[in-house]
Amino acid sequence: MCGIVGLLIKKPELQPHLGEWLVPMLEGMAERGPDSAGLALFRKPSANGQIKKYSLFDPTGQVRWQELLEHLKNRQYAETAVSASLTSQANHAILHTNLEPPILKPWLAEHYPAVYVLSVGRAIELYKDVGSPRAIAQKYQFHKLAGSHAVGHTRMATESAVTPAHAHPFTAGEDFCLVHNGSLSNPHSLRRKLEKQGIHFDTDNDTEAACRFLEWRLREGDDLATALAKGAKEFDGFYTFLMGTGDQLALVRDAFACKPAVVAETEDYVAIASEFRSLAHLPHINDAHIFEPAPEELHIWKA
Amino acid sequence: MTNLISREESWGYNQAIANYIYNAAAHGLYEIRGLGAKRRVPHFDDLVFLGASLSRYPLEGYREKCSTKTVLGTRYAKKPIELAIPITIAGMSFGSLSANVKEALGRAATAMGTSTTTGDGGMTPEERRASKILVYQCLPSRYGFNPDDLRSADAIEIVIGQGAKPGGGGLLLGLKINARVAQMRTLPEGIDQRSACRHPDWTGSDDLTIKVQELREITDWEKPIYIKVGASRPKHDVKLAVQAGADVVVVDGMQGGTAATQAVFIEHVGIPTLPALRQAVEALEEMDMKGKVQLIISGGIRTGADVAKALAMGADAVSIGQGVLYALGCNRHDYFQDGAYHSVIADYEALGTAPGYCHHCHTGKCPVGITTQDPILEQRLSPDKGAEHVKNYLQTLTMELTTIARACGKQDVHHLEREDLAALTIEAAAMAKVPLAGTDWIPGVN
Amino acid sequence: MESVTFDLANTTVRQINSFLHDRDKLRHVSLVKILNPNGAHNLACGIDSPIAVEIHGHAGYYVAGMNQQARVTVFGNAGTGTAENMMSGLVHIKGYASGNAGASAHGGTLIIDGSAGLRCGISLKGADIIVGGSVGSFSAFMAQAGRILICGDAGDALGDSLYEAVIYIKGEIKSLGADAQIEPMQESDYQAVAELLSKAGWDHDPQAFKRVASAKQLYHWNANASKEY
Repeated sequence: MCGIVGLLIKKPELQPHLGEWLVPMLEGMAERGPDSAGLALFRKPSANGQIKKYSLFDPTGQVRWQELLEHLKNRQYAETAVSASLTSQANHAILHTNLEPPILKPWLAEHYPAVYVLSVGRAIELYKDVGSPRAIAQKYQFHKLAGSHAVGHTRMATESAVTPAHAHPFTAGEDFCLVHNGSLSNPHSLRRKLEKQGIHFDTDNDTEAACRFLEWRLREGDDLATALAKGAKEFDGFYTFLMGTGDQLALVRDAFACKPAVVAETEDYVAIASEFRSLAHLPHINDAHIFEPAPEELHIWKA
Repeated sequence: MTNLISREESWGYNQAIANYIYNAAAHGLYEIRGLGAKRRVPHFDDLVFLGASLSRYPLEGYREKCSTKTVLGTRYAKKPIELAIPITIAGMSFGSLSANVKEALGRAATAMGTSTTTGDGGMTPEERRASKILVYQCLPSRYGFNPDDLRSADAIEIVIGQGAKPGGGGLLLGLKINARVAQMRTLPEGIDQRSACRHPDWTGSDDLTIKVQELREITDWEKPIYIKVGASRPKHDVKLAVQAGADVVVVDGMQGGTAATQAVFIEHVGIPTLPALRQAVEALEEMDMKGKVQLIISGGIRTGADVAKALAMGADAVSIGQGVLYALGCNRHDYFQDGAYHSVIADYEALGTAPGYCHHCHTGKCPVGITTQDPILEQRLSPDKGAEHVKNYLQTLTMELTTIARACGKQDVHHLEREDLAALTIEAAAMAKVPLAGTDWIPGVN
Repeated sequence: MESVTFDLANTTVRQINSFLHDRDKLRHVSLVKILNPNGAHNLACGIDSPIAVEIHGHAGYYVAGMNQQARVTVFGNAGTGTAENMMSGLVHIKGYASGNAGASAHGGTLIIDGSAGLRCGISLKGADIIVGGSVGSFSAFMAQAGRILICGDAGDALGDSLYEAVIYIKGEIKSLGADAQIEPMQESDYQAVAELLSKAGWDHDPQAFKRVASAKQLYHWNANASKEY
């Protein structure tokens, strides 16, 4: 079981506050999710359309990021001129490069097998780790992060292990992530069906099954609303899903809506959390429009 | 000459299955019955103790003490439960049982220095008076649940499920919903009660965490809070219960009884007590909570040997439901009243059964006056005699427990450990993670 | 008689509840105010005194849980399980109440000025719930006794598996639950509606309300209702 949080800043001049407002939201969900936490952040993509961002995570703590960068730049490659730069914080790094996933991922798997690629995209940056939400926010300096919108999660493990890979958010394709509060009851059947479609799974986590289903539908050309409507027919169990794409936040609850979700909206932001206490510190919260989505009612906000 | 082949029984379509199908064809509704799983499953009988020998020395029977004292709820509560023996009486409702039975159980438990538990229907004054230590259940139905009884209880047990039907809610058929039961449960008299299977104000361990805190706040953090689950995924459930703030976790295996549940649920949902116990202990050990959060196991605990094996496998205590009902006379062909034994074989026959085969708790026509609200039938169980019999039974279990513990060289029954055990079958060895007798082999481990 | 104020910015929920459970301390107190609740859980739960409590802000889960005798007002919204298992007294939410409001409440009155979330009045056991706005799906699920009055609309499956509780609703019902049916209003129903409205101090015409009650087809096991099992 878990806590979820989401924040979308409507006014560009307030985007530098994203991380600062998000950290107390995440910490407010620590009791619901003490085991691990994760955050996906979306920033306006750089002008150079060729550059993608890869969020890298090294659970061993042994990888030297600068060495990895140099190694990457110096490797033998006939065709493209490589552009790559990297920023890092503890055992996490964001790699900016023009290398595409089919090239970069195998290279990483071969030379740095311990490193996870947590996300790929032009807007998304993703962090996740085991430990308390407070410790993780501190470790990666979440309060300094800026961007247009973010999705966060704190986890109390149910059926799968407590490891960084199992923490949410889960990502699919590029610039898409999902956090989930609840428990799906048919994740293994979903996984078997999707593996036949050529979808690869990293974990046995039930949330990943939902995420990969959406990945499949988006790959097949559905928009998010259509993909979720199809998901509602396939997924069994209880869920509140919060999703982030390059320019949107989306929120939906299953037909029974036993798992909570509270939304607070002002002129400046839209904030989402499992419990109101994660929203209480936000500016002008007393004037916010506060509501809870009805079952199966999809809410989408554009950044 | 008769063709003997024409008398060959089918294993798959035997008489029991044939009767089940005839019944389904006649009524179009599932069978509901009492008691727990009847079919044989791997159980404590498949384990034996390695008593003292040249390499391990026994304790003397009388002079060398073997302690049975058990403390439950040390994690958060200001007033943990102190029991004289590691055997408690499980939650069974007033409604499924008569008031006389609840009183008898309370008095027996008090005489033995242990606890009894309310059930899906609330606390009766007789029960509270008779039981020195009373655990108050908080169930999905919340029948009769109220803050006064909550504060008068010694511990609180949040029930997620029970072994007979993990995932199912309570059931009480109309005949047993008399005026008093109806009033306690806020139901119309005589209806067939269907309880909810989920709690009304929380779903999931994240919200359970907050609910546990609410109950603590209401009772000023004084009383231990137990969380009880029916055995299906005990590894996950025990970990989540600990995360949610439980002081004590109770796991009830598929052999656990019920007064009324669909037969298909009893026999085909849930895992046996043996692997459930092992997984529950593993969960606590993996979280380093063994000893900090206590574990009670129930579901088919019948003898002192069962108690000893449960403790050896890592339980802090056991809870008994069906066993104490048998001590009261369940399935006896007679009952004791006015100084004499009276045969009730005819009453069993009227129910379509016989002593030793009866599981008709759901009818409310218990021939020996236990699982009934009928004013005549309930008089067949005298609280005095009942209390005496249950006390004797618990005493016997305790003596057997200490006999075994001493034979294994223990001064305290809680020092029994899994290395004192060997398994007689491969399934039991695998489920209990105990070596097959005479070998070092634990299937799945080495 | 004095008024006591607590500020959750520098006091704990435990300290406040401890005070509210202390009958000696409450003897000379007429009103307890709680500031900056900020969604804290379990506020003012387990009270057993005729004390007035005001919570200035939004409350979290189980506010006034298991309330006896107290009059608790939340000047804001309330989380899951508002006044769950209340036995007596009054709980008044000025904003909206989240899911499972009044769950299993045996007595007393819960007034919600705004709307209530899903499962309002689930497992109700005798209390009155009066909602100024609408209620979410599955409201009055397995409600055994008591009355629920809804000035707005209801979502899906209203009154599913209803026992003896009665629902009065003015607005639209998205769908009725298993065994729930609309019944004609009797004079006693109009009077009940008037009584409930006046408890809340609202001005609606009782004639505009419909009555929803149990069809009582599920009171006894029967094969014809097999799909409901």
